[in-house]
Amino acid sequence: MEILSKVHAKNLIRWAKNKPKVLVLSADLTSSVEIDLFRDTYPERFFSMGIAEQNMLSFAGGLAREGFIPFVHTFGVFIYRRAYDQIAMSVAYPNLPVKMFGFLPGVMTPGGATHQAIEDISVMRSLPNMTILECGDVTDVESVLDVAHSIDGPVYIRILRGEIPRLFESNEPMVFNKARTLCEGNDIVVLSSGICTEEALRAVQALKAKGISIKHMHISTLKPFNDPPVIEAIEKSKYGVITIENHSVVGGLGTIIAEEIAKAGIGKKLVKVGLRDTFVHGASKQYLMKEYGIDAMALIYEVEKLLGAKFDIKEEELSKAFVAAVHSDAKAEAL
Amino acid sequence: MFEGKKNKPVSWQDEVYKAANKIRELVMEHTIKNKGGYISQACSSAEIFATLYLRIMNLEKLDKPLIPGRFQGTPGQGKDRISGSIYNGAKGPFYDRFILSPTHYSLVLYAALIAAGRMDPDGLLEFNKDGSVVEMIGAEHSPGMEVMTGSLGQGISQGAGIALARKLKGETGRVVLFMSDGECQSGQFWEAVQAASFHKLDNMLFYVDVNGYQCDGKMEDVMNIEPFDKRLESFGARVFRVDGHDVEALSALGNLKPDGRPTFILCDTDATRGIDILKKRGSKMHYVRFVSEDEREEYRLAFEKIKSSDAL
Repeated sequence: MEILSKVHAKNLIRWAKNKPKVLVLSADLTSSVEIDLFRDTYPERFFSMGIAEQNMLSFAGGLAREGFIPFVHTFGVFIYRRAYDQIAMSVAYPNLPVKMFGFLPGVMTPGGATHQAIEDISVMRSLPNMTILECGDVTDVESVLDVAHSIDGPVYIRILRGEIPRLFESNEPMVFNKARTLCEGNDIVVLSSGICTEEALRAVQALKAKGISIKHMHISTLKPFNDPPVIEAIEKSKYGVITIENHSVVGGLGTIIAEEIAKAGIGKKLVKVGLRDTFVHGASKQYLMKEYGIDAMALIYEVEKLLGAKFDIKEEELSKAFVAAVHSDAKAEAL
Repeated sequence: MFEGKKNKPVSWQDEVYKAANKIRELVMEHTIKNKGGYISQACSSAEIFATLYLRIMNLEKLDKPLIPGRFQGTPGQGKDRISGSIYNGAKGPFYDRFILSPTHYSLVLYAALIAAGRMDPDGLLEFNKDGSVVEMIGAEHSPGMEVMTGSLGQGISQGAGIALARKLKGETGRVVLFMSDGECQSGQFWEAVQAASFHKLDNMLFYVDVNGYQCDGKMEDVMNIEPFDKRLESFGARVFRVDGHDVEALSALGNLKPDGRPTFILCDTDATRGIDILKKRGSKMHYVRFVSEDEREEYRLAFEKIKSSDAL
């Protein structure tokens, strides 16, 4: 598996080169959210806003009204928790093209509950005009800018930083409202998003070896959700669907699928794997994913339950997951 | 300019004071008719609005006053944006842009647009009527409005974004904000002042109605922000403090040479100015709702008196 470092940092300067309307706003986490290279390359398009997110979001609304496309960068929690009213009234209501890059989604940080965006999808999803995208690998991070840019309105992006794996072919970019099919099958549908897709890939590989037929799809557009093949796959499945996400089970991918199933009138079982309506604490991603049950083994356990079978799969048998070092040159701090 | 009656030349000062009185009268008349309204805001800010529209802001002249249309829906993909800014004329690189920050002053703004010949007087009949854009707390589709500012503190940050964008585009027009002192208690206000100072947004001009009242009563009892001028100065702003009912003083500061700092004109005002009967309310100034028909009648008589003295 290819592991790349500072993908967004490098990609952004290449991508934004001929886009003079794109301005980058920072709330004092410039190197932590990989925009230091942009600051140094295009200083005239970089604006420091200080540790003042409420002003930053309304300010971005003002810039967008005048034809600029502000790329707001900070940790996800500081976007939607600190500046929700500002996003709602200065950005979402007027449907302005402000693109919000939320880093450290869910359990991606040992920074603890203050730094972990575990209900951001739920909160942002209820805002009219808001689009929500989530990246699961290097290819997603490289191609999410085109998708976000093509949308005439505000976009919230759950993005990844530091050292990240490439799970998808580099010539198969993220497509708006189109899931990536990673495995074909018809016993069960597994829908995964963000960093959980890597875990699901590991689990599905092991389950396939046991003869289970699984349709695995990676979801990158969370709102709007308009992807008929996903619903068709659920309808065709023998046992139902399992969602797995790096987010609370309240309001995220699992909830989205529940709504879609109900809307389509499909009588299939849905199992939601995610943070079970709980805050989490400061620890490594690997520890938290295992502790709170959003990893490959948790998914295998839920598949066993749904199928009423035991496959006796040991964790050691699974392919290795990528584990980024807590301290590395790819990150400014060990957060 | 000469006018009939006494054949006396009418100075610009007279014109502005006349417009200010008109604003008060429209708001008071409306309040009596509708059994409630934001009168004290009109009392304190009438001269500020009148001076802004008649003397300070460089806005496109309109051929005739506009008549408000019906509400067409909120902004969204595939929908045309309906902006109340058309009442302030077309946008252009040299024109100023007006932002009403405390939207509770919407009624005052509508009255000002009428006084300035930008909105048809009948427009006020649509105030707070279902399906109308002449909303009580105006949104960006309401006459004279351009941005969403009903949630206090957001107007200044959005204005700062517009000001920076205009600088980047090389536009020379200013971003003129009307603000009120109460909303300056918010953290976002101070975040915005520090950002406007830091990014040298000297194309921002603020007229702040310092009437000393907020919803709960007197600001000095609820949450003091004085010394307001000193606080603003320490945040890097250029600050002037004037009598907010003195149109000459207000006008004189409207065309200063930019000096790298955002400019604040703090206008000390009286929330009962021109309508003495309001003094009876003590500190309950934020919104006037009559407790009885007798009180309403009292205001109606006061209004008749004000109107007849004004006509002399």
